[in-house]
Amino acid sequence: MRTRLLLLAAIALVALAPVLPGVPPFWITLLSNIGLASLVTLGLVLLTGVGGLTSFGQAAFCGFAAYTSALLTTRYGFSPWLTLPIALSVTAFAAVVIGLITVRLSGHYLPLGTIAWGISIFYLFGRIEMLGRHDGLSGIPPLSILGMSLIDPKAIYYVIWFFVFAGSIATLNLLDSRMGRAIRALRGGRVAAESFGIDTARLKLIVFVYAAVLAGLSGWLYAHYQRTVNPTPFGLNAGIEYLFMAVLGGAGYVWGAIAGAFVVTLLKDVLQRVTPLIFGELAQVDSIVFGALLVLCLQFAPRGVWAFIRRLAPANSAPDIADAPALPKRDIAATGDALLSVEAIRKQFGGLVAVNDVSFGVKSGEIVALIGPNGAGKSTTFNLISGVARPTSGQVRFAGRDVSSASAQDVARLGMARTFQHVKLLPEMSVLENVALGAHLRGHAGVFQSLARLDRADEAKLLAEARRQIERVGLAEHMHKPAGSLALGQQRIVEITRALCLDPRLLLLDEPAAGLRHFEKQQLARLLGQLRTEGMSILLVEHDMGFVMDLTDHIVVLDFGSKIAEGKPEAIRQNPAVLEAYLGGVA
Amino acid sequence: MIDPIILLFLLQDGLTNGALYALLGLALVLVFTVTRVIFIPQGEFVAYGALSYALLETGRVPGTIWLLVAMGVAAFAIEAITRGSRMTGREWTTAAVLDLGLPIAIAGLTLAFASKTTPALVNLLLTLAMIAPLGPYLYRIAFQPIADSTILTLFTTAIGVHLAMTGLGLALFGAEGLRAKPLTDASLPVGPIVLTGQNIAVYLATAALIIGLWLFFERSLYGKALRATAINRVGARLVGIRTSLSGGLTFGLAAGIGAISGILIVPMTTIYYDSGFLIGLKGFVAAIIGALASYPATAIAALFVGIAEAFASFYASAFKEIIVFMLIVPVLVWRSLGAVHDDEEE
Amino acid sequence: MTALLDVSGLSIRYGRVAAVRDLALTIRPGEIVTVIGANGAGKSTLLNGIMGLLPIEGDLRFDSAEIAHWGVERRVESGLCLVPEKRELFGAMSVADNLLLGGFRVEASLRDRTLAEVYGRFPRLAERRMQLAATLSGGERQMLAMGRALMSQPRLLMLDEPSLGLAPRIVADIFTIVRGLRDAGVAILLVEQNARAALNVADRAYVMELGEVILQGPAAELAADPRVAASYLGIQ
Repeated sequence: MRTRLLLLAAIALVALAPVLPGVPPFWITLLSNIGLASLVTLGLVLLTGVGGLTSFGQAAFCGFAAYTSALLTTRYGFSPWLTLPIALSVTAFAAVVIGLITVRLSGHYLPLGTIAWGISIFYLFGRIEMLGRHDGLSGIPPLSILGMSLIDPKAIYYVIWFFVFAGSIATLNLLDSRMGRAIRALRGGRVAAESFGIDTARLKLIVFVYAAVLAGLSGWLYAHYQRTVNPTPFGLNAGIEYLFMAVLGGAGYVWGAIAGAFVVTLLKDVLQRVTPLIFGELAQVDSIVFGALLVLCLQFAPRGVWAFIRRLAPANSAPDIADAPALPKRDIAATGDALLSVEAIRKQFGGLVAVNDVSFGVKSGEIVALIGPNGAGKSTTFNLISGVARPTSGQVRFAGRDVSSASAQDVARLGMARTFQHVKLLPEMSVLENVALGAHLRGHAGVFQSLARLDRADEAKLLAEARRQIERVGLAEHMHKPAGSLALGQQRIVEITRALCLDPRLLLLDEPAAGLRHFEKQQLARLLGQLRTEGMSILLVEHDMGFVMDLTDHIVVLDFGSKIAEGKPEAIRQNPAVLEAYLGGVA
Repeated sequence: MIDPIILLFLLQDGLTNGALYALLGLALVLVFTVTRVIFIPQGEFVAYGALSYALLETGRVPGTIWLLVAMGVAAFAIEAITRGSRMTGREWTTAAVLDLGLPIAIAGLTLAFASKTTPALVNLLLTLAMIAPLGPYLYRIAFQPIADSTILTLFTTAIGVHLAMTGLGLALFGAEGLRAKPLTDASLPVGPIVLTGQNIAVYLATAALIIGLWLFFERSLYGKALRATAINRVGARLVGIRTSLSGGLTFGLAAGIGAISGILIVPMTTIYYDSGFLIGLKGFVAAIIGALASYPATAIAALFVGIAEAFASFYASAFKEIIVFMLIVPVLVWRSLGAVHDDEEE
Repeated sequence: MTALLDVSGLSIRYGRVAAVRDLALTIRPGEIVTVIGANGAGKSTLLNGIMGLLPIEGDLRFDSAEIAHWGVERRVESGLCLVPEKRELFGAMSVADNLLLGGFRVEASLRDRTLAEVYGRFPRLAERRMQLAATLSGGERQMLAMGRALMSQPRLLMLDEPSLGLAPRIVADIFTIVRGLRDAGVAILLVEQNARAALNVADRAYVMELGEVILQGPAAELAADPRVAASYLGIQ
């Protein structure tokens, strides 16, 4: 509620600024520039801050829209408003083409790629005859509303800020949705996201295009505001400046975009007006200061200024999760039917055989454990089953299908959910949101529905399901805490809860008891036992012999990549080969 | 049908530029492997070197020396603030000599020599002396405090440094471009084309530097320590190699290589305060083809980039830069397919 | 005898989670001390903290000097050395270069002499001198890691899971070498999951659980302690 009040206050302030007495006209110009920069930075917040894709080339997308509109209005006499959808479409199309390549770049190759196309597009604008080469295009008509030309800086100011607020609210809506959760998982949670059926490559492209369209919107406004375009504002330096705004503002926060744009634009204006008085005309002090500030900001305030502002504002109380109709559930196979069968799977890394022709199976309603000393190939076997890695040979059949070469997403879709040896939660997202990520595949709302807030019914069902699962495992009191603030044992339970949200046929648990205290292990064992009685099938990798012996129906023992024994716990306990391998043969 | 003379001429031109890109590409690979920094500002050292050298040649004092002193003082201050309470007397002395004494001495020497007509070799050495130490200082100030951050944070920092250094370049050298006299007026006709002394100097310097680097890395303990840091940072720390020292040393080498490239290039083309960036980026194209890891692949790729650029500027001069930079994209895609990146590093 | 290493009130945190809590431990010269415990008990964290790879809280004295604020390289210079669980070799460099760099902090003249000693102790390494470290087998890698550590002339050698992933026969070899080092006067701090082998070779032992020492005493006594037997020796 209070954030809504603050937002209304901000809107009122922006609305009143031009009509307040004594506000000099250049303030309005400056605020308009801030608004234009905010739109581009807003896209970067989503792309870089939230999605983790660093782009130095956003200015180029402003260029696509600005030039499109400039060309259509000056040469072909289009009306400016008509060019808006065209300019945004051109930008989106360019973003899809560039994005298809860019989002496939990994790690540091991605920002390098954005520099490469950022520079190339800048040169392209300056070399094309039709776009007026370096001089660009001028004489672009201003926007008009109901026949009234918005040539007055105060008039276009309102148009710009209308779009800034609309863009910000739409972005906030998007982030607070099923797709938004998935987007927030892109950074640092890719593997986990994919194992819950999220197509991360497609999602990255969506975010990329969204950010480009916001930049395009800014470019289109710019063209009709300045009424002339040339390549300079669409070059790499501008792109770097936008990224600087996002970092300074706080790359993870929507309002940080405006804060960053505000600080940088203002600072630039002050520097450009003040420094010639001190250093003469030549010095390019703003870039020295910006460069130094960027370095300092990364050293001392890597989360930007908005993180500080936020700390001053009161925290929102966590919303209650309303009841909602339950999501449809999968039919559970009859207990005892074969659910998973692993047939002579093998994984070779170069000359090393990590998994050597291992076979076993899991029946419905059964808990099977995979044990063995460190380096025995348990985790690799797990990855082969869950679609994270592909077997060199052999077959994995799950729910009646061959999934040997299926991706993690496909396997998840068939109803296999997993946890990770090293907990892969998003530490800053709440427990509820982490868990809701598990239900991603059971929701349907897409990006456009989320932007327009038409996803509420769908979203309510997902959150209600997440709440139900959290209550079921007894973590209700922690529901709204950041997942990273929980103890390790609880985090492991949260991972299991997230997996349950997928409505799985089979749970894969990778060392669920590692690092747990004794009573936590007992709780975990009770939970798993309870799940089994509800018909769940579980395959787990575990070190703790005691835990495994008491809980499981069937044990498979690996050593140096090969299966050396399998059977009921009592039999395994007595097996001499197992004792030798697992308990250390030296003594 | 291509005129064979033109073909040869383009090849020669391309090889000369390619040799320079090779130097820069090697420096970039070196910096990345040891410190994980994608060193965008490498090109700025080229411009600084070129312009400082050209100024010395005309008897003027390059502003670089003041930057050198300022950065030395800043590096010393940061060292004192962050590590001061834990430093031994010996460490204090070392820091004072390297961060304060050295830049002041270099500045003094430059002031003493600048107004006199000095031989090219003296100018060259002075230029090298005032640029190379900027590397370690820069590392100390901007990168060492965040040495364990993600590659992306280091990268963004490098962009910030590039921005600041370009602005400083304008303040130090002005907007006018400069060009220096060739190191020698000698020339060598080879068949239908003529190799200038400058061409030959470029080839020799490149070859000498590559051999020198090879000897350093293969034969000396410090060279091996740098390689070890690049291969395994934890391992390097465990045997007592100070990784911050490795970082500083690497940046020093990179800045020195940048300065030499600048000195070699400034007699061939007019260099402006912001020319370095594009030159450095072409080194990057080569370094990335070499996966930011392989020295030989980088050197060969650099020659290829130089030749591609020469042909592009002949046949499609308006689109030269576009062609060269778009070369990188398929390589990035190819590299990404092969790379096992840990996207979860944050 | 005064302690060579004296740790007290030691805590090591990853963010909010304390992986090691208020821990005390001493090692006397020429002694093999082992720390055993389950995965995630904080054993490796402890070694990394002592080595200076992780920031710590608490007192850390080595040879009577307070070293908690020292950098890793200074600890190496003063005779502290860690063979980490992952070995952390320089894979793309030769065995000889790996060993040479092990003596990075040692005077050049001493380095050659130590190198000869290491080759004497590990003849396999001498045979493979020019081979790249990455091409060695698991056992050879462990030997190289130990050899590289010995090059720095340690007075306290810390070994993190030296038996990890090795065949039993090679584990036996490694433990024979560990005994030999102790006899040569090097104190050893051994972290092991293979509790039985560790208790066999050690003089004294600590048992860690969730970042805390829950039991300590002479290794032979702990090996006979029913609690240890149940949890760590696989006897039920």
